[in-house]
Amino acid sequence: MTTYAALIYAADVDWTAPEHAEEMAEYGEFGRGAAAVIRGGAALYPTSTATTVRVSGGKGGDVVTGDGPYAETKEVLTGFYLLECSDLDEAVATAARIPAAWHGVVEVRPVIPM
Amino acid sequence: MTEHHDGQFDGHATLVRLVRDEGRRVLATLIRTVGDWQVAEDAVADAVERALATWPRTGVPAQPRAWLIVTARRCAIDLLRRERRRAEKEASAVDLLPPPGERDDDTIDDDLLRLVFTCCHPALEPSAQVALALRTLCGLSTAEVARALLVGEATMGKRITRTKQKIARAGIPYRVPDAHELSDRLLGVAATVYFLFNEGYSATSGDVPLRADLAAEAVRLARLVHDLLPDEPTAIGLLALLLLQHSRRDARVDAEGRPVLLAEQDRARWHREEIVEAVALIGRGLRRCPDRPDPYLTQAAIAACHALAPSPPETDWAAIVSWYDVLLTVRDGPVERLNRAVAIGERDGPAAGLAAVDAVDGLGDYAPWLASRALLLARLGRDADARDAVDLALAAETNAARRDDLHRRVALLRPVSSTDASHGPGSTKIANGSRGDGPDRPRPA
Repeated sequence: MTTYAALIYAADVDWTAPEHAEEMAEYGEFGRGAAAVIRGGAALYPTSTATTVRVSGGKGGDVVTGDGPYAETKEVLTGFYLLECSDLDEAVATAARIPAAWHGVVEVRPVIPM
Repeated sequence: MTEHHDGQFDGHATLVRLVRDEGRRVLATLIRTVGDWQVAEDAVADAVERALATWPRTGVPAQPRAWLIVTARRCAIDLLRRERRRAEKEASAVDLLPPPGERDDDTIDDDLLRLVFTCCHPALEPSAQVALALRTLCGLSTAEVARALLVGEATMGKRITRTKQKIARAGIPYRVPDAHELSDRLLGVAATVYFLFNEGYSATSGDVPLRADLAAEAVRLARLVHDLLPDEPTAIGLLALLLLQHSRRDARVDAEGRPVLLAEQDRARWHREEIVEAVALIGRGLRRCPDRPDPYLTQAAIAACHALAPSPPETDWAAIVSWYDVLLTVRDGPVERLNRAVAIGERDGPAAGLAAVDAVDGLGDYAPWLASRALLLARLGRDADARDAVDLALAAETNAARRDDLHRRVALLRPVSSTDASHGPGSTKIANGSRGDGPDRPRPA
């Protein structure tokens, strides 16, 4: 089994706002349906709340705190799931059930075991 | 698969081909049993090297595949012993390897199919798929793959390593897709093989010889996929399409290595036996998918219309238009629509053709669309419009050979004097297709 991060790229909005209740309900439905492989995950607040952290000069260097997301595009990282699947095909099949995949992008990446 | 078990060593090239064909089967099995791509590859490379060193002296063994499997398996065990010091891992690895003498051809074919689908997995970049297919399925060395794809050897080595890492880390499964996803995944395999064919097809005589061999490698791969999945319309169509295009290899360049218009090719130099095989394949394939024709099969049918015409004027353009109508039902894109419009121009005359070409949306700055308009306007005798259209087409066309081609084709129809001097070296017989439409200018599928 491999653990995959399914990174959700969607509109940069406040998903807790009432007008998104219906979509959030679809995420709830996905979460219940795929509970067998979901190991964790979260929805994220909009990028206006994001902070970037960079350490200048490498390990032990100055911590440079910046505002906003790392890369600004129309679609941004809005959440993620940790999925434990037997192989990439299962991870992709599961990610395809995440609502964001229907209108935006979900990026699937293997997670480094720590 | 043709096998040579006569124990006779008849030429180094034949031996290399035999060892490569068998070697990839052995590799496919070893990847599954060892579970480590790199160890499997090194072991097979070792076994292949030993075969090439030994067989010229001893003769080809009666069972070359069994010889290679046994040798590669021993090499793999040696490698695992050296690389994995821990005793229990070594023991389990040895247990996993198939017993010597296992010659279950079905299993071996399944493994080869697993290798095909893994190399062409959609999670891999298309260029990485092609490199990996050449490396593992065609048995080319990294240096040969690099030369064939016009990439530096170090860069290619890194690309192949990265691709194998992605397969291992991302967990791309070593398996044949389930029935419900097989036809979709097979389209991906076909796209990779077709891309490979085009790489070789578009090579000119000045290129390294290996590049031109890519087309032959692609035909071999298409044959392999067809042998493994003989009932799949895409596999049938892909092999037929490549056979038809490849059958013209000796006629499509002149003595100086320059491309020759399809209409001007010496049809006696087409490889008739390949055309015959392709036509039979198309017939068999179409019977397998009467309701939803496969796009490769349909393109093969169009290519067959050209291949079967005894001379260019005898081309059955009505049949070609009909096949494009079929193609549009499964693959509807502006390029397909343009090709159909050009065929209409051949069937019904330039006025109908121009109307059809103008009706295709979304190709406003696409050079072949502009060139098709220019040629149809020239055929209609609308010289001023044709000149404007030629200028637009030349501005959009970046490929020098195609610019020359357009000059030449317009000049054949009607001299367009004012534009000639400023565009291109004006050499003749540089062309890539008889009409805008394309069996001699294959497009990525």
